Amino acid sequence: MKRIALTELNSLFASINERMNLFIPANDESGQSHFTKWHDGLPLSRNLNTVRSAKDAFFPQVENLMGFKVNGKQIELTGMGDEVEDFAFFGVRACDAKSFEILDRVFLMEPADTYCEKRRNNCTVISLACSRPSETCFCTTFGIDPASPKGDVTCWIKGDFLYWEPNTDKGNELTNVLSVLSDCDDTEVNSAKEEIHQITERLPLKELNLSSFGPGKTKALFDRPEWKTLSEACLGCGTCTFVCPTCQCYDIEEFANGDSVKRFRCWDSCMYSDFTMMSAGQPRPTQTERFRQRFMHKLVYFPDNNDGTYSCVGCGRCLRKCPVHLNIVKVIKTLEEVAE
Amino acid sequence: MREPLIPMIGVVTDIRVDTPDVKTFRVVGLDGKKPFIHIPGQCAMLSVPGIGEALFSITSSPTDEEYLEFSIKKCGCVTEWLHAMEPGQQITIRGPYGNGFPVDTDFAGKDLLFIGGGIGLAPLHSVINYCRANRSKYGKIDIVYGSRSKQDLVDFEEILNVWCKEDGINVHLTIDNPQPDWDGHVGFVPSFVKELNPDTSKTVVMCGPPIMIKFTLDGLMELGFERTNIYTTMELRMKCALGKCGRCNIGNKYVCKDGPVFRFDQLDELPDEY
Repeated sequence: MKRIALTELNSLFASINERMNLFIPANDESGQSHFTKWHDGLPLSRNLNTVRSAKDAFFPQVENLMGFKVNGKQIELTGMGDEVEDFAFFGVRACDAKSFEILDRVFLMEPADTYCEKRRNNCTVISLACSRPSETCFCTTFGIDPASPKGDVTCWIKGDFLYWEPNTDKGNELTNVLSVLSDCDDTEVNSAKEEIHQITERLPLKELNLSSFGPGKTKALFDRPEWKTLSEACLGCGTCTFVCPTCQCYDIEEFANGDSVKRFRCWDSCMYSDFTMMSAGQPRPTQTERFRQRFMHKLVYFPDNNDGTYSCVGCGRCLRKCPVHLNIVKVIKTLEEVAE
Repeated sequence: MREPLIPMIGVVTDIRVDTPDVKTFRVVGLDGKKPFIHIPGQCAMLSVPGIGEALFSITSSPTDEEYLEFSIKKCGCVTEWLHAMEPGQQITIRGPYGNGFPVDTDFAGKDLLFIGGGIGLAPLHSVINYCRANRSKYGKIDIVYGSRSKQDLVDFEEILNVWCKEDGINVHLTIDNPQPDWDGHVGFVPSFVKELNPDTSKTVVMCGPPIMIKFTLDGLMELGFERTNIYTTMELRMKCALGKCGRCNIGNKYVCKDGPVFRFDQLDELPDEY
């Protein structure tokens, strides 16, 4: 276990940034937090979480896949995506750290997505325990401990210090070159964990009943009439999918500029009507089917294919950001209560 | 490590006009050889840089060793462009994708009944020619194929001059409405299949518009066929074809990698959303 005084955080960030590009949660003018490229003097946000999730680290909203040069009837492949330098994401919360495992199950599954894999390999994840989980948090429902987030390094803030513990080879490697850290015992971290657990015990959403969901529940849930009422207010704006740390659907589009063409990937959303639109028709014609797809995927289809792992980490971003107050908790509670 | 989204460059060496809105494109690699080997029923992503990528079933049989062929109906952005191009045009191609038909396992030794409608012949064409090339491995072959009109029958020349003339293959053609130069059957595929009253021991391979599939399946059920003995191939919108972009997800399956070939008992397990 190592530590550094909070007043010295800037020198810690500077030391990390010497070795790799560092991103930390930092506040914008309106006080909202975003993972931001660190520069000297940029202070760490003390908000519980960033507006957008940390998935941007490996799965950016837009990225170049490849380029083409078109010359008459001939095509030449030019460029294969963006260069990726070593980088570190500091301040990743337990929910987002868990989401990386879920994204890995999609992107690193054979055949692996090498764009994502490259970023995964080049990134050092430095997670930060949640000193004060909030009432929209329900990571504990999915077995996540906000006091012990995963990552190459785990950090805790307690009193006037940041505590630092490496978990992996990558974490050890970084730790070994950070002379600004000094050794300490784990007394303070243990008491920090205890305090966090005292808070999670009191959270209103700490233990949602997932008994209606999970592998094998497709038939029981798909035709439930509640999908219609649940989805009635949905605007199809896709905000939930954009802020969600586990939503990973994407689109591939092209941008042509004269004879040079860029093929890029960007986030897409199953909440959009053109997501499944084909020349032959639309298999999900109304927002009810699209809404149902999103939650069935997270709570049934994904667990079906991934040893029961849900594709939700309880970060609560959809609770805070949906303009019409729809969210996965409402879905879980509605379908759970009737089933019981 | 090779990135699966990066395609290879292919050349369209031949374009055959099949119907007023279907053309068949022959594709080879830059080295003049077949871009890759495949199983009947598998698909490939073709693209025209600047327009976009789309998934097509491979029409040629794996036994065609020189090239891949794709019968493509003009119905959207990419297909419009493909239909407008000329031989010699380079395109991009990646694949093969999907599971394909169990031609060497479940189909072996069976009497096969192929039922196709319109452009639905495209994937069946690959299986039929594979079975013809490995004739001794299969029993009797029946082909029921229908289209809107005689002009809309894909591969009509090959059907007439090759398939119809082979022993052990029975071809039953039908068109939706009577026309002067047609002395064959007139009527829709589902009712035609019922009229033909095929033996229920046959393994059925079906592809066509959703409405044809629905009514033909009902008819086959009435005749006493087992759903475990009826195969179809599905089409949904796709971007990656690798089970990652999320578009072709139905229940716990991705059509691109778990399909596109499914048996009807397997489809019964999925939500009705296709």
